[in-house]
Amino acid sequence: MTNAPLPVAGDPIERVDLNALLADSHITEVLDELDAELVGLRPVKARIRETAALLLVERARKSLGLAGAAPSLHMSFTGNPGTGKTTVALRMAQILHRLGYVRKGHLVAVTRDDLVGQYIGHTAPKTKEILKKAMGGVLFIDEAYYLYRPENERDYGQEAIEILLQVMENQRDDLVVILAGYKDRMQTFFRSNPGLSSRIAHHLDFPDYSTEELLEIALRMVQQMQYRLSESALDALRDYIPLRMGQPHFANARSMRNALDRARLRQANRLFALKGRELTRDDLMTIEGEDLRVSRVFQ
Amino acid sequence: MRITQGTFSFLPDLTDAEIRAQIQYALDQGWAIGVEHTDDPHPRNFYWEMWGNPMFDLRDAAGALSEVLACRKAHGHAYIRVNAFDSTRGFETTRLSFIVNRPVEEPGFLLKRNEVGGRQIQYTIESYAAARAPEGRRYGERTD
Repeated sequence: MTNAPLPVAGDPIERVDLNALLADSHITEVLDELDAELVGLRPVKARIRETAALLLVERARKSLGLAGAAPSLHMSFTGNPGTGKTTVALRMAQILHRLGYVRKGHLVAVTRDDLVGQYIGHTAPKTKEILKKAMGGVLFIDEAYYLYRPENERDYGQEAIEILLQVMENQRDDLVVILAGYKDRMQTFFRSNPGLSSRIAHHLDFPDYSTEELLEIALRMVQQMQYRLSESALDALRDYIPLRMGQPHFANARSMRNALDRARLRQANRLFALKGRELTRDDLMTIEGEDLRVSRVFQ
Repeated sequence: MRITQGTFSFLPDLTDAEIRAQIQYALDQGWAIGVEHTDDPHPRNFYWEMWGNPMFDLRDAAGALSEVLACRKAHGHAYIRVNAFDSTRGFETTRLSFIVNRPVEEPGFLLKRNEVGGRQIQYTIESYAAARAPEGRRYGERTD
């Protein structure tokens, strides 16, 4: 076998059509959907495209019998709250499934409580159970740094990390682990767990949204909820966003959703106050400026 | 004597890939997977030891298969079976059960004929393995 002729570049039998593979995986649709449905996040989208390209090439190589260890796809998502980490993780699972990297393509989202037990001997079965559920899909660990609590040396989180590491290394084709959390705290977490850090090849940073992007996100949410903003409401929203951004506990897209939910509440109350007359479809759909202007943010 | 209990027991032993495929089929039907082991293979022994809890809400066979392999490591000298439980109303029972591991040597059963009143005979079977050693040592070295 050692003196088998090396394949010559351009050999007619040794060819593979990347475009055919691409069409076959329907991956472009998912990527386009990702582009269309998620506002902003340019670096993240670029990174996902790169990953997709890598996996597609890997598939092409495999079809020609070029062996290579499966690439490690464990990832870390860092970013402020509400920047779309969970949403992207969900898409990631779909993409990896389409590309045949994971077999099922479901997402299991967990936090510390789901992995770490409360007494000796409780953690390992608990972590293993979650890992078994995530096999064939993506395990998304939100706020992963809570797994490691340096102030308590007997904390069971360390045990969960060790089991996790073992599976991440040995069952790479069975599941993909995504760790998510705030950037600075994740960095401290990785510094104190070098084993974990070295097993994660892809670090994706989710930038904060700009005011324009937030406005667009809010408008899409309104549309999805089947509401409509009046002229005055749109103006109010434009004023609202920069004010809200300056306030504490600002959580990007999540803050937008909350603001809209509160506006819906006020709209409902306003409609109730109009008892006397019948409501039209328009009334039920429209959020007025006053619904937003009452917000605490404007005080 | 080769024990034939459960599905596929008249076929050659399943390979790991075949076990995985069967587990995947069960999961696709929405059944829960349990792994059990015993060294008392009497056909009327329904109560095998559980290897961990039954596994609910799995999507992929890899997790359950890793439990089978772990059980085989710990109880390689005994019988191991995989059960698939269907919780659908009306079934609420094991839908599929198959042996995934068996001892190297299976001595089989002794058929006892017990003469009672007149020429009447009561038949019973007794496992040679169960008769020769206490639990845990019937098929070779004690591992637990």
